[in-house]
Amino acid sequence: MGGHAQLANQFVANGERAKWHDQALWFVRQKRDNISHAIPEWETLRETASQVKLHTVTHLAQYLEEFEKNAQAMGVHVHWASNAAEHNEIVLRILQQHEVKRVVKSKSMLTEECHLNPHLEAAGIEVVDTDLGERIVQLRKEPPSHIVLPAIHIKKEEVGDVFHEHLGTDAGASDPGYLTEAARQHLRENFLAADAGITGVNFGIASTGGFVVCTNEGNADLGTALPNLHIACMGIEKLIPAPEYLSLFTRLLARSATGQPITTYTSHFHGPKPGGEMHIVLVDNGRSDILGSDEFRRSLSCIRCGACMNTCPVYRRSGGHSYQATVPGPIGSILGPAHNAAAHSTLPYACSLCGSCTDVCPVKIDLHHQLLTWRKEIRVRGLLPFTKTFPMKVMAQVFQRPGLYAFGGKVARIALRLMPRWMIYNPLNGWGRQRDLPTAPRESFRDLYKKRKK
Amino acid sequence: MSSRDKILNSINKHLVPSVPLPDMNQDWIQFDNPTEQFLTMLSAVGGRGEVVPDLATVSAKLHEEPFYNKAAQICSLVPGIEISGDKTIDLNAIDDPHQLAGIDFAIVPGEFAVAENGAIWVTDASVKHKALYFIAQHVVIVLKASELVHNMHEAYPRTGLGSDEFRQSPHFGVFISGPSKTADIEQSLVIGAHGARSLLVFLIED
Repeated sequence: MGGHAQLANQFVANGERAKWHDQALWFVRQKRDNISHAIPEWETLRETASQVKLHTVTHLAQYLEEFEKNAQAMGVHVHWASNAAEHNEIVLRILQQHEVKRVVKSKSMLTEECHLNPHLEAAGIEVVDTDLGERIVQLRKEPPSHIVLPAIHIKKEEVGDVFHEHLGTDAGASDPGYLTEAARQHLRENFLAADAGITGVNFGIASTGGFVVCTNEGNADLGTALPNLHIACMGIEKLIPAPEYLSLFTRLLARSATGQPITTYTSHFHGPKPGGEMHIVLVDNGRSDILGSDEFRRSLSCIRCGACMNTCPVYRRSGGHSYQATVPGPIGSILGPAHNAAAHSTLPYACSLCGSCTDVCPVKIDLHHQLLTWRKEIRVRGLLPFTKTFPMKVMAQVFQRPGLYAFGGKVARIALRLMPRWMIYNPLNGWGRQRDLPTAPRESFRDLYKKRKK
Repeated sequence: MSSRDKILNSINKHLVPSVPLPDMNQDWIQFDNPTEQFLTMLSAVGGRGEVVPDLATVSAKLHEEPFYNKAAQICSLVPGIEISGDKTIDLNAIDDPHQLAGIDFAIVPGEFAVAENGAIWVTDASVKHKALYFIAQHVVIVLKASELVHNMHEAYPRTGLGSDEFRQSPHFGVFISGPSKTADIEQSLVIGAHGARSLLVFLIED
């Protein structure tokens, strides 16, 4: 099978690095465990938050209209975009109307999903990603490999190299404190020179028309407190009904994401700053289609904490880039195929169905069940490769014929004991690539059962 | 058809079973000593804090801070904190927030603090440039020790978000929990990413 498995193969080729990546993420998972276990009502929080999200998504049109009305009452310009292209057009138009040359952007997976940066750059606008991790991957000209920790796959020596090239830091420097200080100075210049700030939205509040942006670095705040123009890009599923429900999500988000009690800056924007201008772009881009699906609707509850990635044994060992999707990991393996099943048909198979993602999800998305459902869906849509469909057809024939099945079993038990290693572990035996097959028993279950009955 | 109508129609065409809103009256976490919990959390998130008897003590304590003594530009929004004339910046005399780029120290009032996560609510309701909170090299927040809630469920009603009064004059508000930080390079925690390099909190006894 191509796709994820092939790219994952490349990632694990460097065993030491793959182990380092695995452990870095497991460390974050452990921090999440420690802090969530300190909250006695953790499960109540998850359940309550999950219900709020499901409620909102099942009343979405009503809340979107309420949000729009309340935002407009505060002087906010609200735009609607059906798809990525329209979103990019709207943002570019606003920037061009204000003759913006330089824009600072804080982390927004939505703008990654829409590929906003290349669109703006093609029109001659300089876009600077201001989250440190995003800036690192932007300078390396690659996409983030994790939605919360965009540069988790990069070693500090490599950060040193890219900073040496672009920011003029000392050659060979790799101290995170030194490199972060250099980025601080470099990005300060950009904050001060920017004509506009773009942010994502963590939570939109229907009853007030405001929205919340969470960062640890303060980049969304610096990027919007200085220039007069603020554009916030928001997926339509980010809404919650009223401010009181933020209590659930601000408690869950950072604890689940990085094991912090709350993000350093949890900023509540209500209307433009005095003398400024604020735009909100509401983006569908396939979300309303997911809403119609009973199987996959819950995936719209995602608050993008990344906990499912940090715990996923496949993600940790294959790296975010192996998914080739804006959002990698378990949730990305659901959202990716929903957006384009043919392009992401291998992702639901990048999963051992262990269910750890479902256990840690702060809004109780049934991730591994949805991944299994996607496998069925991939088959139904005829997107499975021949290497999977052909053996399945053969096995279906065998399972329908008990005699053939018993005979096949007998042959296999003998053959596995007698055949030399090179014959068993032939190139066609995918299962034997990383592991030894179990020793074949002398008797089948049927033989044992017959004996027992006697 | 406009994109607005297209999106709303696309949502409305699905007959989705309605899920009710949950009850928010639950047994949310309470602390025996919320002040102690707040100070513990504040230090866990990289800030420092202490309870002091009055504003005069805050002024005295500030003079023990090396960065405070070295600061060239200080902006205080807390009445009663004395700053020598040649260092003080009057926020209201500044038209463009970009002029705040050289601020070393900001001393600002907080509305209330949250014990469970060390966060403090500050707003720009009566602050001309919210940039001050984020652009200053070091931030000091001063608030009454009694203005402390146990958890975020008690916190949100205190913000006033969505109240009639808020609707009359909506404004920006932020929970600040510790100094600016990042762990984007190999998960090594570095304090002082883009915003404040340090956060010092004084809780004033009533």
